[in-house]
Amino acid sequence: MTADPSALPAPEHAHLEGGGGAWRLSGALTVRSVSAVAEALENAQGELDLSGLTRLDTAGAYLLQRHAASLRLHGAQADHAALLERVASSMPQPPEASQTPFSFVQILDRTGRMVAGAGRFLVEITAMLGVFFERLGQIARHPGKLPMTALVHHADQVGWRAIPIVSLMSFLIGVVLAFQGAVQLRQFGAEIFVVDLIAISILRELGILLTAIIVAGRTASSFTAAIGSMKMREEIDAMRTLAIDPALVLFVPRILALLITLPILGAVANFMGLFGGALMSWIELGISPPVFLSRLIAETGTDHVMVGFVKAPVFAIIIGVIGCHAGMQVGGNAESLGAQTSSAVVRAIFAVIVADALFSIFFAMMDI
Amino acid sequence: MAREVVIKLRGISNVFGTHAVHENLDLDVYRGEVLGVVGGSGTGKSVLLRCIAGLRPPQAGSIEIFGQDALNCSEAERREIDQRMGVMFQDGALFSSLTVRENVEVPLRTIDGLTPALRRELADLKIAMSGLPYKAGDNYPSELSGGMRKRAGLARALALDPEIVFLDEPTAGLDPIGASAFDELIRGLSQAMGLTVFMVTHDLDSLHACCDRIAVLADKRVKYTGTMEEMLKIDHPWVHEYFHGPRARAAIATKEKAL
Repeated sequence: MTADPSALPAPEHAHLEGGGGAWRLSGALTVRSVSAVAEALENAQGELDLSGLTRLDTAGAYLLQRHAASLRLHGAQADHAALLERVASSMPQPPEASQTPFSFVQILDRTGRMVAGAGRFLVEITAMLGVFFERLGQIARHPGKLPMTALVHHADQVGWRAIPIVSLMSFLIGVVLAFQGAVQLRQFGAEIFVVDLIAISILRELGILLTAIIVAGRTASSFTAAIGSMKMREEIDAMRTLAIDPALVLFVPRILALLITLPILGAVANFMGLFGGALMSWIELGISPPVFLSRLIAETGTDHVMVGFVKAPVFAIIIGVIGCHAGMQVGGNAESLGAQTSSAVVRAIFAVIVADALFSIFFAMMDI
Repeated sequence: MAREVVIKLRGISNVFGTHAVHENLDLDVYRGEVLGVVGGSGTGKSVLLRCIAGLRPPQAGSIEIFGQDALNCSEAERREIDQRMGVMFQDGALFSSLTVRENVEVPLRTIDGLTPALRRELADLKIAMSGLPYKAGDNYPSELSGGMRKRAGLARALALDPEIVFLDEPTAGLDPIGASAFDELIRGLSQAMGLTVFMVTHDLDSLHACCDRIAVLADKRVKYTGTMEEMLKIDHPWVHEYFHGPRARAAIATKEKAL
């Protein structure tokens, strides 16, 4: 029986010849040629003559040693014999596989772990929140501790640089609302109510919520990536050994910057949303800007604006805390950095929407 | 018997900005030998290694590997040369998102026709030959100690049974026991597999324990080559300080004690 050389494009190949109890191996038995003779060796038994081998590497030696029980090797050249011996002394010894089959208990086990993990996550987030407020308290007593440069830098990153995207998004939302509202309200001849529709939905809900979602995507991920890569390279451990408080220099400026800039971004979003709505109302329904403005002032109470803005600091803290927490969860490898970054964004957006729903229920019950 | 030259460097120059690291550097590496490259900090030992391994083309000069021009060749030819060489980086440079076994399997995947089972077994063999326990194969690099990462890096470098391996400071950061075990490992593997080893090192004990020949980088070129005994007789101030300093005397003393 001969291994088919045409099946092997590489120039190296090995030939196994013989039958019964006597076999002969010739050619080069290397990592590139082992697969061609592996199957044939499986069925060979008895004596195996290696004197025809021109080359042997560890892969070939491994293959021969694996069949040492059924094949008696002889005739190997001195260096091949030395290699065979070396490989024999380090044959891997796999431990008994202890794989448990997939079972109902396993499903329960996994579910339990996930629930416990979610509980632990909530505890950790609460702890992070506590640390943030504790450090804020420290700063209130010793204002000199506030890392001012970092705060300004992060305010620039998360606030100032987010203005274009937030403006564009809320302008388009205003346009869409006006357009959709116009189509519906025109049927009743109640075009003028489009002003109320736009004003209430943007000021109360959409302006701040959509801003928070955009910021969650932009900023939570960058917090996680920045803190996570520092964690990965042991920079955070280095800080601790140098008696620098990572919470004070990393978390506080980031979360505080969000706390300051998110309401401002919300105001920008509100303004741009109303502007987009007014523009579309003018084009589509002929409601001139002065009419829009007077209707807006007369009919929309300031409590709508307040309801919107009350939520901003809460969203800011949610996004900041989740982003920083995920950064601290990054382990030693590049993959966990990516996994934590994407899960930070998902969690932050989810938490912002849940918080918004809770606010809605609260305000409804309070009749605000 | 004339020994076969596997790596032949002629007139290599490496310049960073205005700072020349190598000027007109010549070096021959013979088949089957363990060559230790030493030199002070900043003499370009690692740069030289990266040049030969094809990671950084030199500004001038020629590199012949296995008798083939390694600088002016097609990409396919270069790939063929690369397949016959393995590099172990200083901290292993393992892929952090793969387990050790998967890391060792990466080069094996380039071989057509290997079944997944055989590939896995060969990876396990290399892991065992590098002196790692079987279960280390399931670990991620971040779960291993520095010494184990180096061994895993060596296992990956040896995956395809290269003819030449490059080791960048193989014993740096290891404890003395781990370092001497690593020296023995390199020595043993080079004998069993007929490896040519190009080793950048600072470790005098390693030079004593496993190098056949030593090349000293000084004055921007390979100033001296020769055995340890020859090195001890050289008059150059840096070489003398290096091989006769307090640490060198300690290394010689342990060597003599061992004999």
